[in-house]
Amino acid sequence: MLSFIAQRLVKAVIILLAITVMNFLLIHSAPGDPALVMAGEAGEADPTFIADLRERFGLDQPLYVQLWRYVSNVAQLNLGYSYRQEEPVLTLIAERLPATLILSLSAFVISLGLGVLAGVVAAARQGRWSDSLISAVALLFYATPLFWLALMAVLLFSVKLGWLPAFGYLTVGSDLTGLARAFDIFKHLILPATTLGLFVMAVYVRMTRASMLEVSRLDFVKTARAKGLRPGLILRRHVLRNALLPVVTLAGLQAGQLVGGAVLIETVFAWPGIGRLMFEALQARDYNLLLGVFVMSAAMVLLFNLITDLLYRVVDPRIRLTS
Amino acid sequence: MKDFAKSFARNRGAVLGIVILVLVLGLTLAAPLLFPRSPWSIVQRPFLPPLSVPGFPLGTDTLGRDLASGLAHGAYVSLMVGLISTVVSLAIGVPLGAAAGYFGGWVDDGLMRITEFFQVIPAFAFAVVLVAIFQPSITSIVIAIALVSWPPVARLLRGEVMSLRTREFIEAAELSGQSGLTIIWRQILPNTLSPVIVLASMMVATAILTESALSFMGLGDPNVMSWGYMIGAGRTVIRQAWWISFFPGLAILLTVLAFNLIGEGLNDVLNPRLSKRRS
Repeated sequence: MLSFIAQRLVKAVIILLAITVMNFLLIHSAPGDPALVMAGEAGEADPTFIADLRERFGLDQPLYVQLWRYVSNVAQLNLGYSYRQEEPVLTLIAERLPATLILSLSAFVISLGLGVLAGVVAAARQGRWSDSLISAVALLFYATPLFWLALMAVLLFSVKLGWLPAFGYLTVGSDLTGLARAFDIFKHLILPATTLGLFVMAVYVRMTRASMLEVSRLDFVKTARAKGLRPGLILRRHVLRNALLPVVTLAGLQAGQLVGGAVLIETVFAWPGIGRLMFEALQARDYNLLLGVFVMSAAMVLLFNLITDLLYRVVDPRIRLTS
Repeated sequence: MKDFAKSFARNRGAVLGIVILVLVLGLTLAAPLLFPRSPWSIVQRPFLPPLSVPGFPLGTDTLGRDLASGLAHGAYVSLMVGLISTVVSLAIGVPLGAAAGYFGGWVDDGLMRITEFFQVIPAFAFAVVLVAIFQPSITSIVIAIALVSWPPVARLLRGEVMSLRTREFIEAAELSGQSGLTIIWRQILPNTLSPVIVLASMMVATAILTESALSFMGLGDPNVMSWGYMIGAGRTVIRQAWWISFFPGLAILLTVLAFNLIGEGLNDVLNPRLSKRRS
């Protein structure tokens, strides 16, 4: 188990390194002076800042020297300085990371939980109206632009019904502590996490349903039925357990969508995470910050992949034994 | 072909998809005739609700621009970006996947590593970075979407080619002295067409969603009206004027739904074996 995790971590580091090299190439293939690109429009006015950037990244040196400096800077977690926000990029990201983790983990749980549940119900009632309804709803969510879904949710639940706060992380101006504070965050979390969860859920519904139907046609399920096991037990113990494997694989592949979705959701709900930070970086043309957030979001996808890999080993005992 | 049309027509979802798509296409083509004026021009009082003034069925936006005109002109960007970026990602993914599957060995290893790398990068965040650095334009948007969406194509192709490789007609072609490239082009690719078509129709749908999200984030081509931009423009005034964001979003939803439905219909007809397994 430990060697498996170590292997995965090495792979993750290699991928992050490759992304860093790619970022470097992107900065250099962008139109204009790389120093200006890194500084963004905000830095253009200050020549000492530009000179500092040239010095630090050796922009007058040959390309391979520059690449080396850039990569070693990033490897030391020096993601540069955001001129616009007047803080190191890493500090900005570290401040925002918890909010994004809370949001995307909640959405992950909601989407997987609801998706599997709905998929199981649809498969158990194959061909009946509840199956058609679930499939139709999944298809609709799959086609809905996430940011629009979020806006409509705000319109309905905050503006019209007044049930939930429309944006933010905490009630503005409140100095809550302890449980009251946690509850306040929870109230703010419901809308963003549910919208993001519903968007990602659609694929799990379809995959669970298909996979359940496929497994329930296999011989060992027939055997279980012939033995006279209760249908509910067959469904839970035999069919679901096996049908979950492709769903968990899919969950790993969907991690990128979750992180990308978080960017949009945080923008709509002014949720103070790294997605919102990415939007702010875009508006300020703060490319250094933008690239830092990008590396960080890739790291988050790798983290989710690791979680689903571990989950896979929990669901499928065969893998635990063989490796 | 007749059988194909018949069994496709039996799928109600697919027919609904075709109907919506024809409507959207019609809207795109008719836009210059129905709304000859630029969708950017200010034509009425701002914040006009739908159906309140004749001639402006969907009302106006925060600046007094005609929303119906924006909707009609915006269809063009969605469809064009969706279609072209899909063609470009097929142009990247098909050769890479076919080469990996046909040649195997280190070619396969190397190509699959690259594919894996692109699959791990969070697609939307990568697209945002690409468009931001190369400045927003239709071209940069198309390239960005294509760059983030080709890996599934390569994987599909690789799998198909690997299973076709061992078939007798390929061996026959190899024995007859045809070169690897000729065999891929003449014998293998035509046989992978149906799953590729199905995947492509789903990719158009995803591409339209991505384009609208980019425009919503302020990364749309500043010279053309798009649905995502309209939603973004209405975002801050959602409390006072729901219609500004509502209609463009509905348009995206319907268009994306149309491509998904068509994709599923095609899947049922072209890959009966697969669809049986999936349904």
